[in-house]
Amino acid sequence: MRQSRGLATASRGRGCDNNTRRGHCRQTARLNAEPIIEIDHVTFGYDASRTILDDISLRFARGKVTSILGGSGCGKTTLLRLIGGMVAANRGRVGFDGELVNARDRSKLLLQRRRMGMLFQFGALFTDLTVFDNVAFPLREHSGLSESMIHDIVLMKLHAVGLRGAAELRISEVSGGMARRIALARAVALDPELIMYDEPFAGLDLISMGVAANLIRKLNDATGATSLVVSHDVAECMTISDHVILLAGGGRIVAQGNPDEVMGSSDPETRQFVHGEPDGPVKFHYPSRSLAEDFGVGAGA
Amino acid sequence: MMLLDGLAAVGALTIRAVRSFGRAGLFFFDLLLHIPAALRRFGLVVHQIHAIGNLSLLIILASGLAVGFVLALQMYYALVTYGATESLGLIVNLSLVRELGPVVTALLFAGRAGTSLTAEIGLMKAGEQLSAMEMMAVDPRSRVLAPRFIGGVISMPLLAILFSAIGILGAYVVGVLLIGLDSGNFWSLMQARVDVGRDVGNGVVKSFAFGVVCTAVALYQGHETEATPEGVAYATTRTVVVSSLSVLGLDFMLTALMFSTP
Repeated sequence: MRQSRGLATASRGRGCDNNTRRGHCRQTARLNAEPIIEIDHVTFGYDASRTILDDISLRFARGKVTSILGGSGCGKTTLLRLIGGMVAANRGRVGFDGELVNARDRSKLLLQRRRMGMLFQFGALFTDLTVFDNVAFPLREHSGLSESMIHDIVLMKLHAVGLRGAAELRISEVSGGMARRIALARAVALDPELIMYDEPFAGLDLISMGVAANLIRKLNDATGATSLVVSHDVAECMTISDHVILLAGGGRIVAQGNPDEVMGSSDPETRQFVHGEPDGPVKFHYPSRSLAEDFGVGAGA
Repeated sequence: MMLLDGLAAVGALTIRAVRSFGRAGLFFFDLLLHIPAALRRFGLVVHQIHAIGNLSLLIILASGLAVGFVLALQMYYALVTYGATESLGLIVNLSLVRELGPVVTALLFAGRAGTSLTAEIGLMKAGEQLSAMEMMAVDPRSRVLAPRFIGGVISMPLLAILFSAIGILGAYVVGVLLIGLDSGNFWSLMQARVDVGRDVGNGVVKSFAFGVVCTAVALYQGHETEATPEGVAYATTRTVVVSSLSVLGLDFMLTALMFSTP
């Protein structure tokens, strides 16, 4: 794992080191200055009584790995669903590459989604298909490539996540960690411009976690894609990210910056989260009555 | 005050019912719009005909045979009083092709294939498979729902025809082979008095209508299910209840329309 992290760190920011790629980097520098995703004063709740994101504004830089960290229920996954147009904002706008993401304009949305890939929290693999067919699914639907070409691409993607040998297994035959890696291979099958990872490290063993983190970084650098990583795993995210955003309840932005800035922050809330401290401004316990009241001691005694 | 509360409750119930009908109507309309896209992936449709139709064959054939046996026995006991046992084949045939074939097949279909469709779609929703498909710019209505709908609508009349055919054979076994009625009478009266267009044709039209209703209800319940184990369980139950009641209600209306004139 340590070695994988080292590789990931080394690959970070290496995109323009090679002299032969300098011209290309200058060309893309202008494009990179424009954010690929713009979240502009977005408010969202699944119902009127519960607001998940409240007037949040964010910009995600093109070609970078951005990690979105935060406690459970702070709206990280909802943010990805808004960007993918799976839910529509109650107020505000979500922009992808200069165009509005409108969940109600399905034909335009489908075109935008062809340029996105998403790794779902629980994999969301098609259980009636084999591992191979799951990864081949987006290629067969959109690429128009021959079956022999698709075969090679799928095996390459599966090789990257260490599962080439599992290609013919059914989904019911793979473990949770393997399923996550298959989903990762499927998410990047079409080399999309924007790749969204929802908890890519959850349920992975240490080796797989390191390989997955390394893969996210390498894919981003190799294809020039933009990656959004939603995770609880501070260590892995800090290793692979160019930019880190820390969210709190209601989508409030607690901190953002490069990993060193966030890790070195003196803000108590940021410190508590990134160092996993039990005491601090963020309460571990759900709001409740006092212990004495709940256990019926004190008042009646 | 209690009266007002009661009125408010009735009002809320009505609004919920109307909203539910509206959603179901829009879902059905949407499903119809995606049929052409599904037909372009005909392999998926064929797969669904196999999954829905072929795999329901055993229960349909077994039930058809049992119904044929029982119907022949019951009719024989009734007809023998009037000395009209030679009409057994005709009566069994008309009962099966006009009513029992389409209706019993639809009820069995709702229980076997309908619940399976609802659970499958519900679990796909719970496992975010439909969302994943959408995120891959693949419309689940064209890829998942419409092929199943077409598969169900094609399968139902075929299953109903087989149900009636095996039922008639069952009646032949009981009436001719066991009781000893005349085989020529059994078939010739059937041939002379059963109208292919009016009797068999209307039976097929009925089962087609039941196929539309049962499959659409199953898919709608699966699509609208709450993404939890309890939600899927409730949805499958609702599929059976709503499909069965719809089939029985629709059957009465179609029978009144089709056979109102002698």
